[in-house]
Amino acid sequence: MPVDILTAQDLIFRYNSIEVLSNISFHLQAGDYVGIVGPNGSGKTTLIKLVLGFIQPDGGTISLFGSNPVDFSEWRRVGYLPQRINSFNPSFPATVREIVALGLLSTKGFPKRIGKTDESAIETALSLLDILDIKNKLIGELSGGQQQRVLLAKAIVSKPELLILDEPTTALDPEAREKFFGTLHDLNENEKVTIVIITHDTGTIGKYASRLLYLDKRIIFYGGFDEFCESAEMGTYFGEYSQHIICHRHDRLRL
Amino acid sequence: MTIFDLLSHGFIQRALIAGSFIAVLCASLGTFLVLRRFSLIGDGLAHVTFGGVAVGLFLRFYPMYIAIPIVMLSSVGILKLVEKARVYGDAAIGIVSALGISVGILLASAAGGFNIDLFSYLFGNILSISNTEVITSILLSVVLIVVISLFYHELLAITFDEESAKAVGVKTKTINTILVLLTSLTVVLAMRVVGIMLISALLILPPVTALQITRGFRKTILIASLAGVLSVAIGVFISFAADLPTGATIVVMNFLFFVCAFIVNTRKSHVSGPDHRSARRV
Repeated sequence: MPVDILTAQDLIFRYNSIEVLSNISFHLQAGDYVGIVGPNGSGKTTLIKLVLGFIQPDGGTISLFGSNPVDFSEWRRVGYLPQRINSFNPSFPATVREIVALGLLSTKGFPKRIGKTDESAIETALSLLDILDIKNKLIGELSGGQQQRVLLAKAIVSKPELLILDEPTTALDPEAREKFFGTLHDLNENEKVTIVIITHDTGTIGKYASRLLYLDKRIIFYGGFDEFCESAEMGTYFGEYSQHIICHRHDRLRL
Repeated sequence: MTIFDLLSHGFIQRALIAGSFIAVLCASLGTFLVLRRFSLIGDGLAHVTFGGVAVGLFLRFYPMYIAIPIVMLSSVGILKLVEKARVYGDAAIGIVSALGISVGILLASAAGGFNIDLFSYLFGNILSISNTEVITSILLSVVLIVVISLFYHELLAITFDEESAKAVGVKTKTINTILVLLTSLTVVLAMRVVGIMLISALLILPPVTALQITRGFRKTILIASLAGVLSVAIGVFISFAADLPTGATIVVMNFLFFVCAFIVNTRKSHVSGPDHRSARRV
């Protein structure tokens, strides 16, 4: 029986009394791969921040592995790759190994020590993402694609059951983007990691995700990609031409 | 006079011992502050220290004991201004810093009699440090370095990215509070080494020196500490031999180390090509 990972029920969030998210309800089970898509300002990142307990809803409830995210403590079960590392300085002096090791803090008590016993977990994550050879390089010396893989390694090093990614491929070239999506696909297929990914690339995510959640301050659509392409409601929402473009691209990319 | 003659003086020994401990502390903490782009909190809290010292002198208490709680409260005040009043970090530091200076000036003006004492705190004099102050400096430095070591990975996580630190279970508010409280105590301790006016140099220069040449976060802290300790040692010797103000000489030595590291980094980048970290912005 599939394990419940995440349930959002009638979520409302206001920013300066303006409703940013209205009546958001959805449910995720173990092994799901959900792409959250929608225009800029549609509330995608806000929804993720609510799910992770960084901000609190003005209405409704969220259950993350059965807990309210604000009280959630089993962070080893969650891997998170934020939209942009806010304070990330290209000259940050940490090595790839040091950065990936930070992902293991969720598995530690006090004082949080990363020791030699953690080396194998770090190397496994680096190997999985094919970046073991750069573990002693400084993160600032790497290309954008390599940096994203390092941050993904950091997110998966604790072997999370749920991986949340916020626009992880924005800065990547098409080749690096395909490789990145391929890695996520493998994590979902082989490691059974549940994936939630925010992206603007509806066509590409349609190729990989089992479900799409189209957000525009409310849920416009939640279902499979084929359903999305066949939906008359989506045709009305996007215009048939735009819907065709998204879905036609999907056909070209279909595995 | 040889270096061994200098080392035979008790006041030189005290200056070197206390200065070295404080230099290691400043370099360790400064590495986190510089990379968080929070370097100027040291400067702001130093200005508050000026106000705290003035309160101490006004009330006829040992100024350091009065300055410590005032600076600690102010550091938490800076965090609250950012968090609750949605003021930018640099603006919050500016507000608290200006208030600290103002209180100091008002009290100095009202009292009229302790301006000379106040100026000794402004410019520091590590050569006049007492045995008690040496012991206090060592003990506090060791305690603070142990605290930094206990929270090393959490501090590194919030320095790299606060949001992803939250998602690995780091209590970011608590760690930020610990960071500013550590900075408060460090600033008050460093006051005797270089004086209130130059404290921020001890927090900023050793880390930016290390960032020019090191690879890895721990190594950055180690090299920064080494640069800080050497600057104190050389600064103490030169200032005594040439009859120069010690605090200012220590800061100039720190700057010279930075220039050397910058040159080494630039030369490396010429050898290694454009991919090297010549454009590191620290």
